Amino acid sequence: MATTKKKTAAKTATKKSASKTSPSKKPAKSPAKSPAKSPAKSPAKSPARASAKSSAQTAKKSGLPKDFMSAPINKGLSKEAKIDLYRTIIGIRRFEERSLRAYNQGKIGGFLHLYIGQEAVAAGIVSLMEENDHIITAYRDHGHALAVGMSMNECMAEMFGKHTGCSKGKGGSMHFFAPDKNYWGGHGIVAGQTPLGAGLAFALKYKGLKGCAVCFLGDGAVNQGAFMETLNLASLWNIPVVFVIENNGYSMGTSLKRSSAEENLAHRAEGFDMEWEVCNGHDVFEVREVANRAMVRARDAHKPFLLEIRTYRYRGHSVADANHEKYRTKEEIEEYKRTKDPVNLIREQLIADGTLTDGAAKKIDQEKKDEAEAAAKFADESPVAPRSEIQTDVYWEVDNDTDNKLKGTYFFND
Amino acid sequence: MPLITYREAVKQALDEEIQRDENVCIMGEEVAQYNGAYKVTEGLWEKHGDKRVIDTPISEAAFSGLAIGAACLGVRPVVELMFMSFSYVAFDQLFNNASFCRYMSGGLMNVPIVIRGPANGGTNVGATHSHTPENMVANHPGLKVVCPSNAYDAKGLMKAAIRDNDPVFVMENTLLYGQKWEVPEEEYIVELGVANILKEGTDLTIVSHGRCAIISLQAAEILQEKHGINVEVVDLRSIRPLDEETILNSVKKTHRAVLVEENKPFCGVDAQISHLIQFRAFDYLDAPVHRVSAIDAPQIYAKDLENWQIPNEERIIEAVLKAMK
Repeated sequence: MATTKKKTAAKTATKKSASKTSPSKKPAKSPAKSPAKSPAKSPAKSPARASAKSSAQTAKKSGLPKDFMSAPINKGLSKEAKIDLYRTIIGIRRFEERSLRAYNQGKIGGFLHLYIGQEAVAAGIVSLMEENDHIITAYRDHGHALAVGMSMNECMAEMFGKHTGCSKGKGGSMHFFAPDKNYWGGHGIVAGQTPLGAGLAFALKYKGLKGCAVCFLGDGAVNQGAFMETLNLASLWNIPVVFVIENNGYSMGTSLKRSSAEENLAHRAEGFDMEWEVCNGHDVFEVREVANRAMVRARDAHKPFLLEIRTYRYRGHSVADANHEKYRTKEEIEEYKRTKDPVNLIREQLIADGTLTDGAAKKIDQEKKDEAEAAAKFADESPVAPRSEIQTDVYWEVDNDTDNKLKGTYFFND
Repeated sequence: MPLITYREAVKQALDEEIQRDENVCIMGEEVAQYNGAYKVTEGLWEKHGDKRVIDTPISEAAFSGLAIGAACLGVRPVVELMFMSFSYVAFDQLFNNASFCRYMSGGLMNVPIVIRGPANGGTNVGATHSHTPENMVANHPGLKVVCPSNAYDAKGLMKAAIRDNDPVFVMENTLLYGQKWEVPEEEYIVELGVANILKEGTDLTIVSHGRCAIISLQAAEILQEKHGINVEVVDLRSIRPLDEETILNSVKKTHRAVLVEENKPFCGVDAQISHLIQFRAFDYLDAPVHRVSAIDAPQIYAKDLENWQIPNEERIIEAVLKAMK
C-alpha cells in the first residue's frame, strides 16, 4: 500500500495545462508564485483533463454556459432519474426551511447549519455513487444525509433530540450517520473528517474493492493542518479519495479573501502532486459531469482528486450567525438567488427538456413540503430517550456484552 | 518458560495478530523499513510486506485519522506513535473522532483501532517527549487504555487490545523495552480490566501501573527487608476499564494505601483511585491515602533531577513509612 508513486513528466505537464480551466488569480499576488500560469503542454496525455479543458474553453468562447445536460454522464439519465435529482434538491430545500422554523420555535437546540443554496452539490455527487463508494462530510450535513436516502423523520427527530433520531438524539444536527447507506457522518470539527475520508478510501484499496470515498469539506477547512496532512498522505499512497471543497465563499463570517492566501483553493493540490479541478455548484448536471470524472479516476486508477465546487449558502454560517448580512451584502445574496438558485435551475431545465411539467414540479414540491411538515410533527411527538441511554453506545464491547463476560468498571459515577 | 524482552513480547503479539487476521495492519513512523524507532517492529515488514506494515510520513493527525476511517470499513489498524507525547498533534482525531464517533452515531459505528507507543519519562529528553497521558485517555469515555508493566502483560494485553472492538491505547515504556520476563510459548490473552497482584502483603497496599509498578515492587522488597513492612503491590494493568474490586479488596485487607504513578498529580489516574478508596473503603482506612506522583512541574531535562522527579524507590519508601505512622 505504502509505496511512493512515481512522478512522470507527462503527468506534471498535464496538470499544469489543466490549471487553465480555473478562475483567474487575484492580481495582487505575484503570478510567478502560481504554477497555474505555466503554458499548456500535451493535454492529450490525460483524457479526463483534456476534456475538462476543452469543454471549459468552448464555453468561454461561446460566452454561453455549457450544456452539461448533454454531457455523456447526464445524457443517458432516465426521465425518472432526472426527476429524482429534482426531488432530492427540492426535498433538501424544504427540509431545511422546515427545520429553520423548528429552530426558531425553540424545538431544535445547539447549532443549525443550513444547506440552502448548496443542494445541487450533495444531490449531484450522491447520485453518482456506486456500491462501494462512501461519503463523509462536515457539520453542514443534512443535504448529504437526505441525498443518500436517510428519512426526513430520523433527521428531524435527531435535531429535536429525540430517541427516534438517527443517532437517538446523541449527535444532533452536526452528527448524522448512516453506515448502511455508506454515509459516515456528519463531523463537527472543521476538517476533522478529512483524514477519516482518506481512511475509508484506504480501506477500499486494502480490501481490493473497486470504489472511492468522497470527502466533503468547506472552504474554511482548507487552512486546517489535518486537511493538508491528509492531502499529502492521499497522494503519497495513491488513495482513491475525492476531496470536494464546497466553497461557499465564507468560513463562518470571514470571506475567502480574508482567510486564504491563495483564493483558488484547488490549486493547493499542485503542492501534493494531485489532480484538481474547479466547477460551479448550482447546476446539478455540471456537478455530476465534473465529479464523475474525478470519481471514475479514483475508482479506476486509485488516485486522489481535489475538486473545488463554487457554491453559495443563503443563510448564515449557522442560524445563530446574526451577522450574515453584515459581512456580505443583501444584493450579493439576492443576485445568487435570482441567477443561480439550484432549485429554480433544475426545475427550469427539466421543464425545458420536457421531463417535467410545471404542474408536476409543483406537485413534487408540495409533496416535499408535506413530508418535511410530517417530519416535524413526528419529531415533536417522539419521546426523548430514557436516561439509561446516556451510557449506551459508548463502548461496542459493553453494548454487546450479552453474556456479562467483560471485566472491570467501564463507567465511573459513584 | 523462555525469558524474552518486553520489546520482543510486543513484537510477538503484533506478529501473531497479523497472521491471525488479514485485516490487522501496523502503521506509523519508521515502523517498516527502519524496523521501528525502538525496534519493536523489527523484521515485521520484511516478513509481512508493504500492505501489512506501513511506513507513514511524520503526520500523526493524518495517519491516526486515516486509521479511524479505515476501521469503519473493517480494517483493524495498529497505529504506532513513536512517543505517546505525539498524540498531542493528533488530538482531535484521537480524542474526538476515535472516542466519540460511536456515541454520536447512536451506536451505528465502532472504531476497532489500537494506538500504541511508549508513554514514559526518565529518558532525559525534556518535557515534550515525556508525557504519560493515560489519565487524559481515561477521561474520554469511548476510549480504553492499558499500561503493561512487564513482557507477559505487554504481549497478552496487546493481543486483547487488537481483538477488542473499541479504540484501545497501549502505553508502553522505553525503559522496559530491554528488560526480560518469562513469557510462555503457547498463546494467551490478558483480558482488559483485570489487575494483577504482583506481591501479596498484609500491612499496606501500593496501587500502581506501568513501570512504576515494577519500582514499587522493588521498594516493597526493601521495605520488607529493612523495615519489616509487608506491602501488597497491585498492578492495575488496565486503567479503563478499571479493576476496582481488586483495589478495594486489597485495601480492605491492609487498611492503608499508597498510590504510585508517573503521572503528574493533578487529575492523575491516582486521583480517581484515591476517590474510589475513600468512597467505598472509608471505614477500612487506618491512615489517609498517600500518593507518589511525578513532582508537579514540566518534565525536567537534567538527568539527575528527572530521576528524582519521577517516582523512585526512595520516594515510595518514604511515603509508605509516612502512611504506616
